[in-house]
Amino acid sequence: MELIHKNLPALIVVLPLCMGLLTSIIGRRGLGWWMAMATTGAVFAMSGQLLWNVMHDGAYQITYQMGSWPAPFGIVYIVDPLNASVLMVVSTIAAVLTLYARKSVASEIQKNRLHFFYALWLFCTTGLLGITITGDAFNLYVLLEISSLSTYTLVALGRARNRRALTAAINYLVLGSIGANFYLLGIAYLYQVTGSLNMADIHHILVNQVFPTWGGDAPQYRTTVIVGFAFMAVGLSLKLALFPLHGWLPNAYTYSPSAVSGLLASTATKVGAYAFIRVIFTIVGVDFAFGLLHTDTALMVSAGAAIIIGAWLALKQTNLKKMLAYSSIGQIGYITLGFSLNNVNGLTASIIHLFNHALTKGSMFMALGVVVYRLGNARITDVRGLGRQLPVTMGVFVVGGLGLIGVPLTAGFISKWYLVTGAIQAGRYEMAAVVLVGSILALMYVWRVVEQIYFGKRDENAPKLREAPLTMLVPMVLLAAASIYFGIDARATSWVSQTAAELLLGVKL
Amino acid sequence: MTPEMTIALALGTPLVGAMLIAMAGKVPNLREAFTLLTALATFGLVASLYPLVIAGNQPGLFLLEIVPGVPLSFKVEPLGMVYALVATLLWIPNSLYSIGYMRGNNEKHQTRFYFCFPLAIASAVGIAFAANIFTMFVFYETLTLSTFPLVTHKGNSDAVKSGRIYLGILLTTSVCFQLLAVLWIYALYQGGDVSGIDFVRGGIFKEGLASGAVAPTVFGLLFFLYIYGIGKAAIMPVHRWLPAAMVAPTPVSAFLHAVAVVKAGVFCVIKVTVYVFGANALLEYGQGHWLLYVAGATILIGSLIALFQDNFKKRLAYSTISQLSYIVLGTALLTPIAIMGATLHIIAHAFGKITLFFAAGSVYTAAHKTQVSQLDGIGRRMPWTMGAFTVGTLSMIGVPVVVGFISKWYLISGVIERWELPGGHFDEVFALLVISFSTLLNAGYFLPIVYRAFFKPLKDEDLKHPHGEAPWPIVTALMFTAGLTLFFFFWNKPALELAELVRRAVG
Repeated sequence: MELIHKNLPALIVVLPLCMGLLTSIIGRRGLGWWMAMATTGAVFAMSGQLLWNVMHDGAYQITYQMGSWPAPFGIVYIVDPLNASVLMVVSTIAAVLTLYARKSVASEIQKNRLHFFYALWLFCTTGLLGITITGDAFNLYVLLEISSLSTYTLVALGRARNRRALTAAINYLVLGSIGANFYLLGIAYLYQVTGSLNMADIHHILVNQVFPTWGGDAPQYRTTVIVGFAFMAVGLSLKLALFPLHGWLPNAYTYSPSAVSGLLASTATKVGAYAFIRVIFTIVGVDFAFGLLHTDTALMVSAGAAIIIGAWLALKQTNLKKMLAYSSIGQIGYITLGFSLNNVNGLTASIIHLFNHALTKGSMFMALGVVVYRLGNARITDVRGLGRQLPVTMGVFVVGGLGLIGVPLTAGFISKWYLVTGAIQAGRYEMAAVVLVGSILALMYVWRVVEQIYFGKRDENAPKLREAPLTMLVPMVLLAAASIYFGIDARATSWVSQTAAELLLGVKL
Repeated sequence: MTPEMTIALALGTPLVGAMLIAMAGKVPNLREAFTLLTALATFGLVASLYPLVIAGNQPGLFLLEIVPGVPLSFKVEPLGMVYALVATLLWIPNSLYSIGYMRGNNEKHQTRFYFCFPLAIASAVGIAFAANIFTMFVFYETLTLSTFPLVTHKGNSDAVKSGRIYLGILLTTSVCFQLLAVLWIYALYQGGDVSGIDFVRGGIFKEGLASGAVAPTVFGLLFFLYIYGIGKAAIMPVHRWLPAAMVAPTPVSAFLHAVAVVKAGVFCVIKVTVYVFGANALLEYGQGHWLLYVAGATILIGSLIALFQDNFKKRLAYSTISQLSYIVLGTALLTPIAIMGATLHIIAHAFGKITLFFAAGSVYTAAHKTQVSQLDGIGRRMPWTMGAFTVGTLSMIGVPVVVGFISKWYLISGVIERWELPGGHFDEVFALLVISFSTLLNAGYFLPIVYRAFFKPLKDEDLKHPHGEAPWPIVTALMFTAGLTLFFFFWNKPALELAELVRRAVG
C-alpha cells in the first residue's frame, strides 16, 4: 500500500498505458471493456487521492522524480492544485464515459475492432493524464502526441456510422500535428536559450538570467524567446481549438462515436487549455506573456469572438452534435477569457469551468448519444416530441442546457459568477457584457431544442422508443446530478480552483 | 418551533407538496387535496411569522454557502412579509379556482400544472425572504423557469411563441442587467467599496458614496441595471412578456400575472431601492430620477392600450402593466410615505386584479367568451361573477369602500410629502397628473364592461345558448377575493402595520 501511495503520480500514467497495451493484445470477446472500466476506475480513485493529498499538503505540491533522477536532469511529475483538479476532470469523465461506452460503442463499431477501441481509449486517457501531471516541457509533447494519435484513430472509428468521420479525422490529424509540432518547435527555441526542458527550470533561467538583460543595451535571446513562445502559443491554441483555430473541432466532435465525442469535449480541449495556462503562468511567466507581449489582449479578442461566434454558429446547426461542438468553441472562449484576465477570480473561473463544463457538456453528449443509439442520428428533427418517450435522457439534456446558459443552481452559473466578477475587477466591462450576451445566445440555441423536445410532435407512425439502457442512463444521470450539486454547493470546487489560481498568481505562497 | 425552522418549512412545504402532487397524479381528488393542503399549510407557516415581524424582529435562516462568501440565506423583514403573505394567501383561493377551471375546461396534463404551481410559490417565498441580492436573484430565476411550463401549458404553436417571448424577455433582462448588477456589486464588495451583498436599511452604498470609492454615476448605472434587470415589474419597454403570457390558462394568468410573478417584480424594485441603494442616497446623489417619468409613462401608455383591447384578458394584462407602475412610481418618489403607498398597492392590486382575472376565467368556463364585446347582458346570467368583477373594478379605479382607495390615498400623501423637499415641484405635479389622469382611464376601460354586463340586453345568438354561473369552486374563489377587496378597506390593520414598518425602514 505504502508503495502505491508513494508512486501514485507515476502509476496514474503508467497503469493506463500498460493496460492499454494489454487490452490490445488480450482484450477480445468483451474483455476489453472490463479492462478499460477497471483501469479508469482505478485512475479515478488515484486522482481523487492525489487531489486530497495535494490540498492537504502544506506546500500544495507533490514532486515525483522518475527513476529518482532529480530535476532538471530527469523527468519530474509535479502535482499541484491546478493539475490535480484537471486530473480529477479527466479521470472522472474517463471513468463515467467508459461505463457509458459499453452499449453505445458496441452499436457504433464493428465487433472485431472493439478491443482496439478500448486500447486506444486507454492510450488517449494516458496521454491526457500525462500532459496534465508532467513537469517537463518535452515530456508534455510526447504525451500530447500519444493522446492525439489515439484520438485521431478514435474519431476515425466513427466511420461505421458515417464515412465523414474519416475526413474529420484527417482534418484533425493535419491540424493537430501542426499544433503539436509548433509546440515542439517552441520548446526547441526555449531549449536553445535555457538548455533545459524542465518547466520550473526554464522559468528560473528565463527570469534570473535572460529577462534581466532585456532592459539593457544588449538584450540576450530576445527574439528567440519571443518566437519560441509564439510557436508554443499558436500550437496550443490549435490543440485547444481557440477561435479562429477551431476548424478541426466541429466535424471531429460530430462524426466520432458518441462516447468519443463526450471524451473529446469534456477532456481533450480542457487539457489543452491547462497546458496553455502552464506555459503562460509557469514557464514564461505573466510578466513576459501579458506584460511585455500583451498576449492577454489577443486572447481576450479571440475569446470574445469565440463566445459570440461559437454560440451564433451553434444556433445555426441542425445536427445537434454539431451544435454542441460549436457551443464548445464558445465555452473554450470562456475558459480562455478567464485566464487572460490575470486575476484571481478570472483564473478561478477558468479552472472551475474546466470541471463544470466537463460535467455539463459530457452529460449532454451522452444524452445525444442515446438518441443516436436509438435513432441512428441526432438531428433537431429527431428529438421532436421525445420528452415523453425518453424522459430521463431528455431531462439530462435540459439540465445540461440550463448549465450552458448558466442558470443559477447549476454548475455553469458558478463559472459565470467568477468569470464576470473577474472581468469587472479587471476593468474589462466589455468582456463582462460579452459573457452575458453569450448566455443569452446559449439560451437561444438550447431553447430551440427544448421546444422541439417538449412541444414538437413525433411522427404518428414512428415506432415508440424505449428509454436508454441502464449502463448509459446511470453515468449520464450521475454527471447531470453532479452538475446540479456543484451548482448548489460549490465550496469544494471553488476551494480547489481558487487555491490553484492564487498559487499560479503568486498571491498564496 | 423556532423561527428558523418556520422559514425553512415555509420554503420546503411547497416542494414537498409538489412531490406529493406528482405522486398522486393518477388520483385527481387526492392530488387536488394535496394542492389545497399545501396552500393552507404554506400560508399558515408564513402567517405565523407575522407577530415576530410586527414585534420588530427579523428572523433569519442561513441555508448554505454556494461559494465562499456567497450564501443562500433568508431574513424576514416587513416588506418581504407583505409580499409573502399576499402570495401565499391568494394561492388558497387560486387552488380552489384552478380545480373548477381545469376540470370545467377539460385541460390536459393537469398533474404537471399542479406540480409547477407550488414550485413557483416556493420561489416566490424565496424572493420575499431573501437576505441578500444573490439569493433574490436565484429565486427570481427559478420563478421564471418554474412558471414557463404553466405559461406554455396549452402546448400549441401560440403557447410556444408566447413562451419564447416570456422566457426571452425575462431571462435576457435578468441575465444581462440584474446579474451584471449583482456581480458588479459583488466585485465592489470584494474590493471593499460597498458594505456587503446583504440587504440593509439605508442601502449598502452609503459609506462607499461618502468616501468616494463608488462614483455616483456608477451608483446610478447600477440602479438602472437593477431596475431593468427586474423585467417582471413590466416597466416599459420590457413589458411585452406580460400580454404574451396571457395565453396561459386563466388560473395561471390570475395568480402568476396578477400576484406572484408581477408582484415579485415590483417587490424587488421596492426592495432594492430601499435596502440596496437606499432611498435617501438616491435622492441625495440625484440618481434614479428617470424612473419616475418612465413609470408615469408606463401607467398612461398601459392604460391607453388597455382602452383599445377587445380581448378580455389582454385588457386586464395592459391594466396590470399600468397598475404595476403605480407601485414603481411610488417607489421612484423615494419618500417614506410614497413607498408605504407602493407597498400597500401590492396588496390592493393583488386582491383586485386576481378577482378580475377570476371573473374573466369564469366567463370563459361558463360561456366560452373571450372578448369584451361579447359580454352584453352576461351579468344577468352570472350575477356573482360580474358582481365580484364590479368590486374589483372599483378597487382598480380607487374609489372608497374598496382597498384600492387606501393605497391611492397613501401614494398621493407621498407626493404631498415630497412637496416639502427643496427644489422645483415639477416631479410632484407630474406624479399627481399621472395618478389623476390614469384614474379616469381606469374608469374608461373598466366601467364599460360593467355597463355591458348589467345594462345591455342579451344578444339574440346568446339567447340560443343558455348557461348559468361557472362551477362552484370558481364562484367561491372569486367571491372570496372580492370579499377580501371589500373587507380590507375596513380591516386593514395588519397591512398598515407592516407598511408602517416599511415606512420607518425607508426613513
